[in-house]
Amino acid sequence: MSPLVSIEDLRVAFSGVPVLRGVDLTLQKGEALGLVGESGSGKSVTWLAALGLLPRHARVSGSVRLDGRELLGAPAAELDQVRGGRVAMIFQDPASALNPVLTIRRQLSEALALHRDLSGNAVKAEARRLLDLVGIPDAARRLEAYPHEFSGGQVQRIMIAMALAGNPDLLIADEPTTALDATIQAQILELLSTIRHEMNMAMVLISHDLGVVAENCDRVAVMYAGRIVEQAPSNQLFADPVHPYAQGLIGALPPLDGPRRRLTAIPGTVPDPAQMPVGCAFAPRCAMAAEACGVSAPSLAPIADDRAVACIRAEASRRALLGIAAE
Amino acid sequence: MGRYFAIRIGRAALTIVLVVTFAFVVLRLSGDPALMILGPEAPPEVLAAFRKAWGLDDPIWFQYLDYFHAIAKGELGRSMRDGRPAIELVLERIPATLALTLPAFAFKVALGVPAGIYAALHRGSAIDRAVMMTAVAGFTVPSFVLALLLVLVFAVQLGWLPSGGQDSWRHAILPIATLSLGGAAVLARFTRSAMLEVLGQPYIRTASAKGVPWRKVVTSHALPNAAIPTVTILGFMVGTLIAGAVVVESVFAWPGVGRLLVVAVANRDLAVVQCILLLVAMTMVTSNLIVDFLYGFLDPRLRAKGAHA
Repeated sequence: MSPLVSIEDLRVAFSGVPVLRGVDLTLQKGEALGLVGESGSGKSVTWLAALGLLPRHARVSGSVRLDGRELLGAPAAELDQVRGGRVAMIFQDPASALNPVLTIRRQLSEALALHRDLSGNAVKAEARRLLDLVGIPDAARRLEAYPHEFSGGQVQRIMIAMALAGNPDLLIADEPTTALDATIQAQILELLSTIRHEMNMAMVLISHDLGVVAENCDRVAVMYAGRIVEQAPSNQLFADPVHPYAQGLIGALPPLDGPRRRLTAIPGTVPDPAQMPVGCAFAPRCAMAAEACGVSAPSLAPIADDRAVACIRAEASRRALLGIAAE
Repeated sequence: MGRYFAIRIGRAALTIVLVVTFAFVVLRLSGDPALMILGPEAPPEVLAAFRKAWGLDDPIWFQYLDYFHAIAKGELGRSMRDGRPAIELVLERIPATLALTLPAFAFKVALGVPAGIYAALHRGSAIDRAVMMTAVAGFTVPSFVLALLLVLVFAVQLGWLPSGGQDSWRHAILPIATLSLGGAAVLARFTRSAMLEVLGQPYIRTASAKGVPWRKVVTSHALPNAAIPTVTILGFMVGTLIAGAVVVESVFAWPGVGRLLVVAVANRDLAVVQCILLLVAMTMVTSNLIVDFLYGFLDPRLRAKGAHA
């Protein structure tokens, strides 16, 4: 099956400072992919770059294909069709993500008019249906309201409705619940998951919350300092992380059951993007770093059919895994 | 909504009273109108008679109360120079001033707003830098310097335009240009920064992310938001329509309200100065009220606050 999106060697630099340093990622139709990592690791930038939403001074190179068609450098009119129509995006801070001076109806209708052959009353009816779908009560009346008249959770629902307006094949949810209360978070995630299944839509869930990702995604990619360091099906990653950074992230999570254990923290901080180490970016913080780690950066290499890791120790790990399998 | 405006109108009235009071006190403490108008050589009994006739011998608080009493009856006093009602003197000058300030206002908006928008949209480009340099020059160069510079180039060197007077429409070109350039510069800078602020907002990215073409993102998402701060500075400019050309009118010998003000202050022609200041304060305050009203129209968040206030 040909992938829905394939990203190859995507690089982004802001005024000469590299923030994405070669990202490779594929996404299948209908798949839910989690993208985790610390702030600044490049999770959002990857998708903003893919959709051409970065500011002009960002330098982007590499390749992003949607159903085989190259998006990087595509003409503006073609990108406008993709954005909202094929790939929709929702953002972290719902309060500022909607235009404060336009009514909800105008903002929803705008997306409908752009991507669907609707006009007049059909637009209004569809806007009302979308608000109903995402669970905004009294949709007909609320359409005429402005964003500030809704709560944060409701605005995020409206954002989701707007993202669905174009019947996209892929929804990028960029930290969709970070700014919301815990109870509202769960509701929004549930809504996303329901809608995804109903519409058979692929989803990329960008989050720094591993629990959220584990629960909502089929596959997880862990990012560190502008690169993907490990990719694996969710259950495997959480049961058996290979990359020391992924191990560190999961070691920092409290276990829900079983004996209590001391949580571990990853020492040190993410390196400054302007002064990346020559070799593996994680080496300075890695307990298992060897001399070879400081020489060259390891590339993302498969260790099993559906797993890939960027660590020179991965080869050893793979042998260990196979050894366990052989026993 | 009613209370929102009641509070603002109350504040506006207070502002006017303060301006008029300040002008009243300062003018009376800073010189003797009798000496100014009749001259130092005038016989003492003439000076005394003049002071008595205009009530200048009364205690200042008495004059002040008297002044407000007259205003309440709609009387703004008479000019001490020729005895005509001050309001008449001022009103007959207004058309001349508006003949400069209204076209200048139109040019400021027509030049400044598009230049600011363009500069913001092409931030960092050569044109942006050119606009910003012109804008900085435009509001750091005082208007009398700009006025003299324009006279030097277009009247003295090239001889294309007259350097002063009010005989034909050609006489208005240089004063209007002087007023327009400075104002356009201020407006361009304001519009640019308002626009840059808005373009950095997440909702602009949302609009792009849903596939709205960039031109439409600018016109229907960015501009309505950037209009809110820009209206503030526009309101201020409307407020200066009556007396914003004092310097320019003086340089170009243009017989408007500004010239009248300068002459009246020099002569301590109290009623005329007070009448002009009252008018200026009222224009300022009115334009501020209009701005407040426009805010409510442009920004639904303020509308809601107003309704609850």
